[in-house]
Amino acid sequence: MTQLSDQAVARLQSCMQEPDLAGTRYALVRYLARGGMGSVWLAEDTMLQRRVALKVLDLVPPTDDFARRLLQEARILAGLEHPGIVPIHDVGTLPDGRAFYCMKYVEGKTLTHHVTGTGLADKLRLLERIAEPVSFAHARGVIHRDLKPENIMIGAFGEVLVMDWGLAKIAAGVPPPAENNTDAPMVTAPGVSGQGKVLGTHGYMSPEQARGAAAVDHRSDIFSMGAILWYLMTGSPPGNPPGADTSVPRPLGAVSQKAMAPDPDERYQSAAEMIADVARYLEGSPVRAYSESPFERAIRIYKRHSTAIILVAVYLLMRLLFLLLARR
Amino acid sequence: MNKIVLGLVLGAVLGAFDGMTAWLTPAVRAQIVGIVIGSTIKGLVAGVLVGVFSRKVHSRALGTVFGLAVGLLLAFIVAQLQHGYYLQIMLPGGMVGLIVGYATQRYGGVDQQLRA
Repeated sequence: MTQLSDQAVARLQSCMQEPDLAGTRYALVRYLARGGMGSVWLAEDTMLQRRVALKVLDLVPPTDDFARRLLQEARILAGLEHPGIVPIHDVGTLPDGRAFYCMKYVEGKTLTHHVTGTGLADKLRLLERIAEPVSFAHARGVIHRDLKPENIMIGAFGEVLVMDWGLAKIAAGVPPPAENNTDAPMVTAPGVSGQGKVLGTHGYMSPEQARGAAAVDHRSDIFSMGAILWYLMTGSPPGNPPGADTSVPRPLGAVSQKAMAPDPDERYQSAAEMIADVARYLEGSPVRAYSESPFERAIRIYKRHSTAIILVAVYLLMRLLFLLLARR
Repeated sequence: MNKIVLGLVLGAVLGAFDGMTAWLTPAVRAQIVGIVIGSTIKGLVAGVLVGVFSRKVHSRALGTVFGLAVGLLLAFIVAQLQHGYYLQIMLPGGMVGLIVGYATQRYGGVDQQLRA
């Protein structure tokens, strides 16, 4: 029996994974990325003559669970029209039997590429913009459940997009995207896949999600936001429990720790609340998560009003100088 | 606080304070009331001019330079009327204008009319 070379095996795998787009409006361009359930491909929409991204399931034929989850993801995305959420164009089944959906192709880089060489203030402003679509989704009862730097895309023009809603869940009490679809899977199996596996990413996943608890709500995303804030400040995901880092400003460390509190009740109760604290830090105001000492308060006030304080001090010094000269 | 009101308040307070420091100079202590009133009016005028400017021009640097220029100009007029004390009048006057110019740009709020 002849053994195949690694190259040949890789080529075969690649051919097997390539979606069959014959007879569809899409023409394959190239492979883009891998997701949990399948792969993402760059394709040309021949009808509209534009580039799109196709998310295609691996399995042929798809299992009910995976196919339903892909459909669920597509429906959730379709229901979330926001500049910070990648829009979906189409959903269906390819000639090879694989389920797919078509979305906008975003040219850009993930958040991981923006950690080095970017100032802290710019990173915090990025976090503010990440929070916008997250807040929007929460307001519509959708929890992302896999927020992490790899799932945040910064477009060529600085636009921030939250990607990969494959683990997204509709919060309890909120109707699923298609109300007549009674078998929307994530509502009935929060936090755990159909195979009983815990889904999410270690370091960014809340403790309750890691436990597979049934009561995972939007505060699980707040935990992930806290972890992303930590990542933005240190360049690495938080430890377990999140450790101390002297390079992290204490107020921001406290914001991150509060967002990542093990008990959801002790976290910020909304992304907007967390971002308001980050905005307070940016404008030089005290953050609610951190109780500062009088010395720290003085330093903060000085930093915030340094020019005005220096101008007044120079004026008073000049006055004092005139007084001394007059007395001579 | 809107920029004109902030300019007025700051100009008046700093102008009055600037005038009161004349009390520390025995040679002019007898005219302290006139000096304080004059200095306050000078501060008010500078405050209004700087406030109006910072409402039109949203630049911290330009606002500060304009404040300095207005402060120096008004102080020069006062020094001319006094026939002397140019340095003692113009230097603090310029500083007051500079502080008002900076503060109106930095701390002055956006007017409701402009926001609408």
